[in-house]
Amino acid sequence: MLSVVTMRRPARAGFWSIRGPMSQRTYWLLAALGLVVPLACWWILSAQGWVSKVFLPGPVDVFHRALTWSMQDKLLADTSISVYRVTVGWLLSAVLAIPLGLLIGTFRPVQAVLEPLTDFIRYMPAVAFIPLVMLWIGIDEGSKIAIIFIGTFFQMVLMVAEDVRRVPTTQIEAAQTMGATRGEIIELVLLPAAKPALLDTLRITMGWAWTYLVVAELVAANSGLGYAILKAQRFLQTDKIFSGIIIIGMIGLLTDQLFRWVHRLAFPWMHLKR
Amino acid sequence: MSAVAKIQARKLSKIFGDPPRAVHALDAIDLEVFDNEFVTLVGASGCGKSTLLRIIGGLDYHTSGEIAVSGKPVQGPGADRAMVFQHYSLYPWLSVMQNIKFCRRLKAGRSNLTSADVEAASGRADALLNVMGLPKVADAWPNQLSGGMQQRVAIARALMTRPEVLLMDEPFGALDTQTREVMHDLILHVFNLERATIVFVTHDVEEAIYLGQRVVVMAPHPGRIDSIYAVPLPARRTQDMKHTAEFLALKRAIVARIRETSGMKTDLEMLERL
Repeated sequence: MLSVVTMRRPARAGFWSIRGPMSQRTYWLLAALGLVVPLACWWILSAQGWVSKVFLPGPVDVFHRALTWSMQDKLLADTSISVYRVTVGWLLSAVLAIPLGLLIGTFRPVQAVLEPLTDFIRYMPAVAFIPLVMLWIGIDEGSKIAIIFIGTFFQMVLMVAEDVRRVPTTQIEAAQTMGATRGEIIELVLLPAAKPALLDTLRITMGWAWTYLVVAELVAANSGLGYAILKAQRFLQTDKIFSGIIIIGMIGLLTDQLFRWVHRLAFPWMHLKR
Repeated sequence: MSAVAKIQARKLSKIFGDPPRAVHALDAIDLEVFDNEFVTLVGASGCGKSTLLRIIGGLDYHTSGEIAVSGKPVQGPGADRAMVFQHYSLYPWLSVMQNIKFCRRLKAGRSNLTSADVEAASGRADALLNVMGLPKVADAWPNQLSGGMQQRVAIARALMTRPEVLLMDEPFGALDTQTREVMHDLILHVFNLERATIVFVTHDVEEAIYLGQRVVVMAPHPGRIDSIYAVPLPARRTQDMKHTAEFLALKRAIVARIRETSGMKTDLEMLERL
């Protein structure tokens, strides 16, 4: 005889369970909250007038400043020259870092010769290179690109090498026992296997390239977002500093999302729904 | 048994590292594997069974002695000795069919390219796909498949080059018992079809007996061959043979040898003294 069991709701993973599940809706809701709440706090803080506008302009002031910047000043020109500098500096390091990192990650002798040196240089502050860069390259576009290059290249080389090293050895050995030559292993195994990680590395280093923009535009610039921020500092235009920083942040967010979209498109086998 | 030795090891030794911390992975191994023979290697961990397999495959180098396959000394890996690994050897960016046909992308697999060869290769890929029960997933990516299915793809890919010797390094070690039994019958079926020579490394004694015509028991510290057992079962194996008296007696004998050589016994004695 079966006894009557009181119906109970099946147990569910709690909200705070470690690595617990979460619905798409809840995720986006919380993500929106994470953006809106700081914005609201900022707005309230500045609207109350507790803090002087010179120290903390409100979101409305910042938005207005961005508008006038785009109407009267040359926001578009500043943005495009900065995007150009960052992109060229970053592209230049990518073009050199990918083959070099591939060699370091593939051949131990290359690793032994180049990795300690790269490790050494990457700790040198990019800002400190400004006088040298001015001396060597001058004060044209080249010097700004060079600063961004110095800031990203050495990190990128090491990250690319690590991406290549993380390709499972069994994938290489399987190719060897099918008769693959060294060149074929690099072309048909190492590169395609490392590609998704390489794209992630490019995405992350693009972010770093942007952080070097203001530093790069310290060098005799008369245009660009970083330059505009530095100039605003001189005139205590805090609202302009804020809008410049936020615009850079938004450009970063946009490129990041673009990279993620390309990743999903290029490597569909990595984004399978289970 | 034919007198032609497909694989011949003479006084084969392998030492990892330099003294005083040198590890004697293999010590004076003498072993002959004959044409069309299925030999299994078992032993406690550290007995060098995988190292021996990798030396035959040309993926590791021996320190002294001789190793020859088809009468030629082994010098690096080659398409005549295909290898199946425990996991992570498939190329996740290629479909199942592209994985199986991977060797056709290599120079070694394209040496004699007539249209008839291409057709034959494509026919062989289809045939292997069918034998392995994979036709429905030909266009799937490896990480859409279960572990057992992935190993079927790995075996099909290894067979694609028509290797003279198939080397298998605990290929079913990560699979559950039911899947493993299915894989056992599958690999025996393939062995009868292809008439290759197979060397199979495992730590599972039952697996070693069920698959092998001879079971080579290895012992650790230093890695060496302890004993070789001929399996007294008919060539066509069926699952119920696992319950016969001969099978169980052989299993008991081999397990006892492994226990004796692995230092397990002393451990138990020590436990009793506690």
